[in-house]
Amino acid sequence: MAATADTVRQVEEVTGRAYKHGFVTDIDMDMAPKGLDETTIRFISAKKKEPEWLLEWRLKAFRQWLQMKEPNWAKVGYPPIDYQDLYYYAAPTQKPKLNSLDEVDPELLATYEKLGIPLKEQEILAGVVAVDAVFDSVSVATTYKKELEKHGVVFSSISEAVHNYPELVKRYLGSVVPAADNYFACLNSAVFTDGSFVYIPKGVRCPMELSTYFRINAENTGQFERTLIVADEGAYVSYLEGCTAPQRDENQLHAAVVELVALDDAEIKYSTVQNWYPGDENGKGGIYNFVTKRGACRGRRSKISWTQVETGSAITWKYPSCILQGDDSVGEFYSVAITNNAQQADTGTKMIHLGKNTRSTIISKGISAGRADNTYRGLVRVGKRAEGARNFTQCDSLLIGDKCGAHTVPYIESKNPTARVEHEATTSKISEDQLFYCMSRGLSTEDAVGLIVNGFCKEVMKELPMEFAVEAQKLIGISLEGSVG
Amino acid sequence: MALLEIKNLHATVDGKPILKGIDLSVEAGQVHAIMGPNGSGKSTLSYVLAGREGYEVTEGSVRLDGRDLLEMETDERAVAGVFLAMQYPVELPGVTGMTFLREAVNARRKAAGEDEIDAMGFLKMVRAKAKTLGVTDDMLKRAVNVGFSGGEKKRNEILQMAVLEPKFCILDETDSGLDIDALKVVSEGVNALRSAGRSMLVITHYQRLLSHIEPDVIHVLANGRIQKTGGKELALELEKNGYADFAEAAA
Repeated sequence: MAATADTVRQVEEVTGRAYKHGFVTDIDMDMAPKGLDETTIRFISAKKKEPEWLLEWRLKAFRQWLQMKEPNWAKVGYPPIDYQDLYYYAAPTQKPKLNSLDEVDPELLATYEKLGIPLKEQEILAGVVAVDAVFDSVSVATTYKKELEKHGVVFSSISEAVHNYPELVKRYLGSVVPAADNYFACLNSAVFTDGSFVYIPKGVRCPMELSTYFRINAENTGQFERTLIVADEGAYVSYLEGCTAPQRDENQLHAAVVELVALDDAEIKYSTVQNWYPGDENGKGGIYNFVTKRGACRGRRSKISWTQVETGSAITWKYPSCILQGDDSVGEFYSVAITNNAQQADTGTKMIHLGKNTRSTIISKGISAGRADNTYRGLVRVGKRAEGARNFTQCDSLLIGDKCGAHTVPYIESKNPTARVEHEATTSKISEDQLFYCMSRGLSTEDAVGLIVNGFCKEVMKELPMEFAVEAQKLIGISLEGSVG
Repeated sequence: MALLEIKNLHATVDGKPILKGIDLSVEAGQVHAIMGPNGSGKSTLSYVLAGREGYEVTEGSVRLDGRDLLEMETDERAVAGVFLAMQYPVELPGVTGMTFLREAVNARRKAAGEDEIDAMGFLKMVRAKAKTLGVTDDMLKRAVNVGFSGGEKKRNEILQMAVLEPKFCILDETDSGLDIDALKVVSEGVNALRSAGRSMLVITHYQRLLSHIEPDVIHVLANGRIQKTGGKELALELEKNGYADFAEAAA
């Protein structure tokens, strides 16, 4: 057998092994009727007992959305989405208030256990991770709230925050990603159901990593998460987002919005491991992941860092970005995107330098196998006033087999002559030499590919918090015990 | 019974016959040297034994400890005890030396149905072995062979050999690219691994390696066949007269 053919087969085994999280939890749903019009939005808002201002905000977004066109500039292809053929609200029926995990629907807990993230276990992992578990659209369990409250940290579902912290939500919601920012963000603004809200008060270093597991469950339910994280002056928070979804035959739309705000000397570290259902080998049934993630470094010396490991979804359209407004602020983007079979990923970042001496780093690792297409699309923009701005970008692509594609599309715009922008890009293949070398030391083909791919991604993987790195490495199909860091 | 038994081995690369009937028998504990001119088939023999793709065996048999080696995949041969110290060790960007060694050891333990190795004990063991070969902690933390000098690469190969404790070691032109000091360190490392249960096949173009690693038997390979077998004196003879006689004999 030819080396390449062998490699291809191997990688299929690693990245294309049967999706383990494909099961459906049978729970009564409280659903809005199918389709989208103002009635749907009023239904969602009423369900959530939202204040009038938020309903108006949603309706305004909806009216703008009606005027917008679905973007087609990304290097992805998919059949047209019928927005009238989706459900926009689905919540598990449950007791209105939960005081402990014991009150959570056991079916839900069982679902998480199948996913390998039992909340009970999380609880035992003493003070390491707090989980705000999102099941479809409504948060069902929030742990560690008390410990966080002691430090004044707010970590709740965004619907709760609307009621409990209306001033904060009102001040920051849509302040980074305006309602009409883009087609999918606009749709989200109109119909978002739930998500997380985090506020770290002045000078507080969040005592634990905050984690949310999103899960798409109800058939044909678009998932419209909305996350808002605000780090006040001198605050620090590390936020982990992990996602799995059960197997489906019909494509599912996911259009989330994440907004981060860092004030003076604040730091936000946002990490994502995304392994949503990628569809079968022809891409059938996978998730459409159209996400808008953006952070604003508003304060001086503030820092926002995005780390993502993307292995799932049929289509990924995602550009976690940083707006570096504050002088001396720092933006970072570390990304691993793995695509196999018919998966398509068009992902990258935007670093917008507005303040003086702002710095940004972009490290992107794209791995393509099968017939997959992997595109890095990144914008580095330096504004007129951004004296001394610096950017370093490194985009590496690894190809496995000869039917996949890797594309790098950097956009660089500088309006300040003192700015320094560097871009490096490489494309490589796993070589037969490397495979032979590893195998001649006793590694199976699968382990050899895993080791080589993991080595390729190392600069990004080491940015992940420890708890997450393990899950990420598993996803890449590698045994890496103890070697992280 | 010999540890390694090669009988009438024929192999082709890209359809071109390179090995044309090799017979070779290495007893346990013995060190055999294969010498020969460029293009004689020395490296092909090492790759055929290690099971590299693209090296097709068309005739003959190879047995290790009585087991049919040619039936096994590359990784299975490694687990069974074959080790090839390569002439050109390959770079593995992002994979640290320590990780690579641990993966290799755990692959063996997995095959034997054992648990993964204890990380702390392993670290200690590797460091001790690394020290004798002049492999620094820094080298173990760096990516395998990336930015290594010629000497560092070869020392690293011998370290892998020392950690993996193979039954049958093939050293393919281990002396190439080494200055005399590095040659000494590497040879001492190899000599320290000589034992009653372990055999070695030392492939080299030059006699000088064999004055550091003294073989029990020397074979001259030319034109895909073993042309002559003898003791240490054969190396000196070759050093004096070159391979011309054998090249002619083969032609």
